[in-house]
Amino acid sequence: MPENNKMTIIATKGTYDWGYPPFILASTAVAMDKEVSIFFTFYGLNLLLKDPEKLKVTPVGNPAMPMKMPFGPKWLRNIDFGPKIPNVLWNIPFAESLVTWMMKKTIANCGVAKLVDLRSMCQEFDVKFIACQMTVDLFGYSEDDFIDGVEFGGAATYFDEASTGNHHLYM
Amino acid sequence: MADETLDASGLNCPLPILKTKKALAQMDAGKVLEVISTDAGSVKDIEAFCNQTGNKLISNAENAGKYLFTIEKV
Repeated sequence: MPENNKMTIIATKGTYDWGYPPFILASTAVAMDKEVSIFFTFYGLNLLLKDPEKLKVTPVGNPAMPMKMPFGPKWLRNIDFGPKIPNVLWNIPFAESLVTWMMKKTIANCGVAKLVDLRSMCQEFDVKFIACQMTVDLFGYSEDDFIDGVEFGGAATYFDEASTGNHHLYM
Repeated sequence: MADETLDASGLNCPLPILKTKKALAQMDAGKVLEVISTDAGSVKDIEAFCNQTGNKLISNAENAGKYLFTIEKV
C-alpha cells in the first residue's frame, strides 16, 4: 500500500438517500486499498443506528428530487412528477413513508445495494467509524443506540485521523 | 482461461467493484478472474480499480449488453 493512502469523510446528513454517498465512497476506496475513516456528526449519526433501513427520504425542501414511479408501464415510469407536485403537499401525513417506499423500490429495481448492506461491507473491509461524542450527547443518544465497532471522539480525533492522507470529504 | 468467474450481472455501482475485490482476496497471485457485469459504469470503474490496486486488466469486452473483464491478480 502506498504511503499516505488514506481518506477521511465527514458524514453530516441522516436521511436514507444521503446515507449512500459516504458508504459508497468509503467501501469503494477501501476496496481500492485506501485506509478509510468516517467521522459521523450531527444528523450523520443516524447512519450508525442499529437499523438504518428505518431512515426515511423526504421530498420536503428538496425540490431537485426526481419523482418517478418504480412500477407500471414505461410511459408512466418516464414521467417526473417532482417538478409537477407543489412541495407543500409533501407535508401531509405518511408522504415520507410513501416516498421512502418508492425510492427503496427504485433502488432494488436498479440493482443498487441496500444501505445496511453497504454499511456492513464497509465494516467487513475495516472502514473506521467514529461517532462525534459531542453530538451523541447533544441529541441524547447512548452508545447502545449504535452498532458495534463504533469509536467515539471529538473534533481533535478527526484532525488526528485527517493528519495524513490526501482525500478528505465533507458530506 | 479464467480460474474463477464472478457474475455481477444486475448489480449496480459500487457492488461490481466490491465483489471483485472480495473474489480477488480469495485467490492466489497469478490466478485469473473473469468478471461479468451489466453496469455500464463498470467499464471505467474496473479499469480504475486495477490501476489503483495493481491488479492486471488482461481484457475488456462487451457482448450483447454484458461487459466481460479478465483480471490477473498480482
